[in-house]
Amino acid sequence: MMTNPTGRVTQGQFSFLPDLTDDEIRLQIEYGLRKGYAWSVEYTDDPHPRNTYWEMFGMPMFDLKDAAGVMMELAGCRKTFPNHYIRLMAFDSTRGVESIAMSFIVNRPKNEPGFGLARHEVEGRCIQYKVHSYATDKPEGERYSG
Amino acid sequence: MSTPLYSIPGTAPAASAPEAAAPAAGARTVNEVLAKSQVEAVMDELDRDLIGLAPVKQRIRDIAALLVIDKLRANLGFAADGKHSAPSLHMCFTGNPGTGKTTVALRIAEILHRLGYVRKGHVVSVTRDDLVGQYIGHTAPKTKEVLKRAMGGVLFIDEAYYLYRPENERDYGQEAIEILLQVMENNRDDLVVILAGYKDRMDTFFKSNPGMSSRIAHHIDFPDYSSGELLQIAERMLQAQHYRFGEGAHEAFAQYLQRRMQQPHFANARSVRNALDRARLRAASRLFADRDRVLTEADLTTLMPADILASRVFQAPAS
Repeated sequence: MMTNPTGRVTQGQFSFLPDLTDDEIRLQIEYGLRKGYAWSVEYTDDPHPRNTYWEMFGMPMFDLKDAAGVMMELAGCRKTFPNHYIRLMAFDSTRGVESIAMSFIVNRPKNEPGFGLARHEVEGRCIQYKVHSYATDKPEGERYSG
Repeated sequence: MSTPLYSIPGTAPAASAPEAAAPAAGARTVNEVLAKSQVEAVMDELDRDLIGLAPVKQRIRDIAALLVIDKLRANLGFAADGKHSAPSLHMCFTGNPGTGKTTVALRIAEILHRLGYVRKGHVVSVTRDDLVGQYIGHTAPKTKEVLKRAMGGVLFIDEAYYLYRPENERDYGQEAIEILLQVMENNRDDLVVILAGYKDRMDTFFKSNPGMSSRIAHHIDFPDYSSGELLQIAERMLQAQHYRFGEGAHEAFAQYLQRRMQQPHFANARSVRNALDRARLRAASRLFADRDRVLTEADLTTLMPADILASRVFQAPAS
């Protein structure tokens, strides 16, 4: 049985929707900026759901007024890592919140092989399950090049 | 990419008409554009609030007129083809200290915002320290960060000639200039760069950076104020602070200006403001000394000739 028939990684906001266009991304960024969030760009080629901390592409962008700056950074990241996962994150610095308020994927590899479920039998015939990303069989940097 | 099945708030239904979102969509006459963008109000304010600066005001009117006409042309479909249909609006303000370069930059940002050429209309004011890093690899992120903050508005670089230091060939200023040029060219729709500085130093700066000079469409020179204009400026400043010149103080201040203008380091309106601040200090001391007097409203708002004549410039031998 396939629980995710599109075979796409679904992490963060909007991940069950079709990919956001640049205009839609810009509107989301504008929304975040109006709320006073600081945007940052991150990328990875290890899409495991528990891989929380991706690599930062540049510094988080504080005090921006317009989405163009974030879009410029995103364009730079897409150029450098066209076949990686790239996400935008909005940090809310309000006292008491001080964490990520928005996060969504804006770039995906062309083909996403998905995950396998590995079963491991331990003492007493207990089964331990492990989610395994097929992409990570290859070394870092070569995972989505093919 | 396939078009989405849902409508995106904030975008026009026809995906190929980004101009439609601009404030003056569909206007056919100059008046309609002006009425919709309220740019006339800002220009009137500019005329009213800023004394003198006739060539500067004329140039700003010209630029505003061009932008209004461009808007009308765009409505009729005559926009220049390609992505960069917006005219280049990068500017350079040259002039002596205190001639109003920063003030005018703030107004320009508002005019451009009302006409829809910059989306947010804020001004980010920086100097060399904000753009140039201290070690290798520090400059590019620093400059880019400032540029990203300025996007959607106006980047005002004060004393821009400091960016380039010919005497030190390993200076990182050159790197900042290169990034600046690249963004000025590629992101012309996103931000307007205004360089400001003294005339002679800016000239040498442009001579050594011809790329910068050619990418700046508008070179505006700010003339020095005449003594009459400076007096008017002084009156304005006092009015804003609820002060006024007492009997004879106006003439005393005119004399003060005559003498001060001959001295070195005269900074036009800024010197006037400093002189008035010092006169207020002296007025306060004068009132403070007389402890038992009941101070009326007139006492508290009037600058007397003595407050001005006590200045250093009157004591210096007239040489």
